[in-house]
Amino acid sequence: MTKIAFTLNGQPAEAGVGGLERLSTTLRRDLGCTDVKIGCDAGDCGACTVLIDGEPVCACITPTAQAEGRRVETLTGLHTGDPVMTRLTRAFERHGAAQCGICTPGMLVSAAALLRAVPAPEEAQVRDALGGVLCRCTGYRKIIDAVLDWQGRDAPEEGRVGGRVRRVDGARKVEGREVFGDDAAPEDAAVLRVIRSPHHHARFRFGDLDAYAKAEGIDLILTAADIPGENAFGIVPGFIDQPVYADGTARFRGEAVAAVVGNAALIAALDLSRFPVTWEEKAEALTPDAARLTGDLHGGRAGNVMCRGFVRKGDAGAALARADVVAEGTCETGFIEHAYIEPEAGFARWVDGRVELTGGTQAPQMNREALMAILGLPESAIRILPTAVGGGFGSKLDISWQPHVALAAMGLKRPVRVLYSRADSMSSTTKRHPARMTVRAGATKDGKLCGFSFEGVFNTGAYASWGPTVANRVPVHAGGPYAHDDYIAKSEAVHTHCVPAGAFRGFGVPQAAIAQEAVFDDLALALGMDRLEFRLLNALDNGIPTTTGQVFDGAVGIKPCLEALLPAWHEGLAKARDFNAKGGVLKKGVGVACGWYGCGNTSLPNPSTIRAGITADGRIVLHQGAMDIGQGANTVIAQIFAEALGVPLEKVELVGPDTDVTPDAGKTSASRQTFVSGNAARLAGLQLRSELLRLTNCQDGIIGFDDGLTVAAEGVTHRVPLEPTEGYALEAVDSYDPPTLPLDENGQGVPYAVYGYTAQMAEVTVDTDLGTVTVDRIHAAHDVGRAINPLLVEGQIHGGVAQGLGLALMEEYIPGRTDNLHDYLIPTIGDVPPITSHIVEVTDPHGPYGAKGLGEHVLIPTAPAILSAIRHASGARISRVPATPDRVLAAIRAAKEG
Amino acid sequence: MSLYRPQALDRALAFLGEGPAAVVAGGTDVFPALGLRPAPARVLDLSAVEGLRGIARAGDGWRIGAATTWTDVVRADLPPLFDALKQAARQVGSVQIQNTGTVAGNICNASPAADGVPVLIAMEAEVELASHHGTRRMPLCDFITGPRKTDLREGEIVTALHLPHRDGARSAFGKLGSRTYLVISIVSAAVILWTEGRIVSGARVAVGAASPVPMRLPDVEAALVGRALSDLPGAVLANHLAALTPIDDVRATAAYRREAALVMIRRALEGLGQ
Repeated sequence: MTKIAFTLNGQPAEAGVGGLERLSTTLRRDLGCTDVKIGCDAGDCGACTVLIDGEPVCACITPTAQAEGRRVETLTGLHTGDPVMTRLTRAFERHGAAQCGICTPGMLVSAAALLRAVPAPEEAQVRDALGGVLCRCTGYRKIIDAVLDWQGRDAPEEGRVGGRVRRVDGARKVEGREVFGDDAAPEDAAVLRVIRSPHHHARFRFGDLDAYAKAEGIDLILTAADIPGENAFGIVPGFIDQPVYADGTARFRGEAVAAVVGNAALIAALDLSRFPVTWEEKAEALTPDAARLTGDLHGGRAGNVMCRGFVRKGDAGAALARADVVAEGTCETGFIEHAYIEPEAGFARWVDGRVELTGGTQAPQMNREALMAILGLPESAIRILPTAVGGGFGSKLDISWQPHVALAAMGLKRPVRVLYSRADSMSSTTKRHPARMTVRAGATKDGKLCGFSFEGVFNTGAYASWGPTVANRVPVHAGGPYAHDDYIAKSEAVHTHCVPAGAFRGFGVPQAAIAQEAVFDDLALALGMDRLEFRLLNALDNGIPTTTGQVFDGAVGIKPCLEALLPAWHEGLAKARDFNAKGGVLKKGVGVACGWYGCGNTSLPNPSTIRAGITADGRIVLHQGAMDIGQGANTVIAQIFAEALGVPLEKVELVGPDTDVTPDAGKTSASRQTFVSGNAARLAGLQLRSELLRLTNCQDGIIGFDDGLTVAAEGVTHRVPLEPTEGYALEAVDSYDPPTLPLDENGQGVPYAVYGYTAQMAEVTVDTDLGTVTVDRIHAAHDVGRAINPLLVEGQIHGGVAQGLGLALMEEYIPGRTDNLHDYLIPTIGDVPPITSHIVEVTDPHGPYGAKGLGEHVLIPTAPAILSAIRHASGARISRVPATPDRVLAAIRAAKEG
Repeated sequence: MSLYRPQALDRALAFLGEGPAAVVAGGTDVFPALGLRPAPARVLDLSAVEGLRGIARAGDGWRIGAATTWTDVVRADLPPLFDALKQAARQVGSVQIQNTGTVAGNICNASPAADGVPVLIAMEAEVELASHHGTRRMPLCDFITGPRKTDLREGEIVTALHLPHRDGARSAFGKLGSRTYLVISIVSAAVILWTEGRIVSGARVAVGAASPVPMRLPDVEAALVGRALSDLPGAVLANHLAALTPIDDVRATAAYRREAALVMIRRALEGLGQ
């Protein structure tokens, strides 16, 4: 071990170097710089960016030894020591440029280097400077805006409902103080690593584990034999089928078979290739077609069909038979990786006979329930202390890291931490389902839909996860937000020897929209109708039953969304026509697509509970259990609560989603938090307000703060009499569960109380010699009922558009081949075009202040709109996404020949 | 475990002579290849070795020090002969990668899709190698022997690249990928031309990511010589690219790569003809 000296954030620093060590490890482990984030350990994501002698580098691929004698700067030091950074962080907050915040240090540090050299950069310079930092939440546009506006001023903000207010947790994200899953463990925590199957399908046997542990100095090895409760987890009752550790048979490449636990240095130096396990490879089935011909992965699921979904209304067959035009199309999508920049991480400890887990999750209470079964412990013996989540998008609903460290902490009675490598994360956690879908749709001469059928086969991977949810949700949504009299939709989820497919922003609906919207373009073309007019003519409306027979009387907002796009649509069509008339290999095109999405669980109970209290000295505390995974629940739920209670947002103190003190606000999924938890927060706020009014004998009044709480009414200010007490002087707990009804055997019923609606338009340029696609602009119209916070609404739109763009153009996960962020491509800052957001507000009677969910809607129409535009520009009808250049070029050729 | 970071080249070579060691300069390929496996027992860090960094005239040609970073290339004051290399440098990974990744690292990593290699092959680079036994030089196109394979011998490091000077040469590089930054090439093309008047008197054309090692295309080069600068793109025909042996992979099909290579060469020529 040699000592090296350098300057860290302006202060002298020393570090011991024992060999080839990553600077990121040294900074985080030895020097407390947890503002340096680990996303990939390969220079692919830039989250760990620091400045060395003023130049941005990835600390994860910089040898610590090379810092010797040099000047190293991280976000924390820059924020306190560099006036440019101080203003830039405020700009990031002001523009909503940080969502989950995990990439934010990398973005800010990279931007600081640029702004020192170029104080007034052009947008292209900003893109070049930040091109090495990946973000999965924001869609980058607000980051660009913030950097360009770093010298701008804050405008006054109104924190009530409808206010364009910065996130309440934004400051700690932009200052590098946010605590994520890998930032919380105590120094003395043991480290755990998971041993995974290198094969898609294999039998395996362990050698002498005790001897191996002893020889290597490992404290603990965990296998299926070490699970005190059930070696199974899952989501849907009847489908709890995934082992924590495979028991003799691994069913996908990346499946956990064991874990090793020991001191950090020992585990870091451990050569796991010597772990005593022997594999016997078995035949694998990686596609549904192959899986039908192979042995069943699970008993009771014949032909590997896990489940089916079905919705039927009217008689689609008869309608298609009498339609004047019928179009049919088949399209395929691949696995999509969530690619949050924060890999799974957390730690567990054993405290007074209980397990405490600290780390990232989208669903604390579901974590607890899963762990009760695995650990064989009662609910009271498990505490979940969620940290900030560096992106989730559905995959962090399932447990992943949790049971490993929980079992280890129980076994060793000491803290145990784990950080998934990028390969761990990508190979073992859930994905978006690959789908093969066939749509037939008919229309009459006058352009009205006349019959629709959808059949989709979904590769659900080796275990169920949220596959049943996808299978149920898709048939409800597969027709899009349109008026269908005669409709049939079938889905089938099939097991394969692939990583489990589960929840990913949209639960199968984005895939279905790709198939359905392409066929609607076919119909419009066949009818000689404008594509947007065709959609407007057939748009769902109030009074028209949905595919499940549900009738709304005022909350259907798809037409206003389409109408909001009309000016840009006509302008875009004209622009493309003029451009293409000039000839040349570049062709421009525009495309449009719609989406809808039911908020909350499909026909299942889905309650959220919110607790709030007021202390005797007038502090207002909101126990906010709706996990903020970057989308902004901490802010939106607080805004709704503040509105209901009638106090300024800044008077609301938040207590986090610790299961010991904060009730269950449900999972962050299904676009439900604003709607469901928002309603619970509204009810809790109203309860406290009526209590304050009652205590002051007022009918109504204005709540004030003057050394305690006051209520002003009719010119008199009343002090609220609150008795000093331990805990809260006043407390409210309230719940909300959306009113739904079960679906019958034909899928008819009331699956959701609320739907949100969207229409998006894409403008693209296609290089017809290379098949490359440049998206020039996205126009996104979203009916959110009521925008509780327009800044955050835009943030969701931008992020969803970026993920939709990735789905359309570049993303496909291939098990065993793309377990990193340079073979699995997500959009960079250079790939996301300007986005024009149109916030449409058709209020919903169930939603808090009329609000509808938004989180998943934002992604649904983007890919089909881009594909529609590619076709308009070049004639290429894409039947397999991603539309990589080779596929686009082949489709252009096929269109010319066909 | 030890890491040795000397300032003198002979110390570095002596260390390597004492036994096998992993060699690191920028670290941009070494760490990703390592993943979670334990760090190698002996490591030689070349980043402090004097004389390994920078681009300068040397004799009749140019010398690029092995530890020259891509950012160094971008910032160096160089004639248009180097435009292609500068364009490649700007497209290596990201700014972060360009700030630490080195020219010699790009060569030793020997990726078929390396951004710098087609340019350096087109520039007819020679690799200067040193060990405690002595030094040797060999053409870059022979040094890289296959995907992830080089002729680097035990105890040897790359110390520099040597490039012939071409008076009045112009050059261009194009890279095709599925996204804007941090992207591995689907295919790339580098072109260097020198002229008498407006007529091409010499051409070097190389393509990356369409063969196990980026390669020159003599048929393309021959088709260009004697042509006017203004009508170069049409001179290159698909059959001139027959020597390429592209593969199907996650980024594109082989057939597409072949076609795209032609387009990329023509576009580079189009730019140079203006």
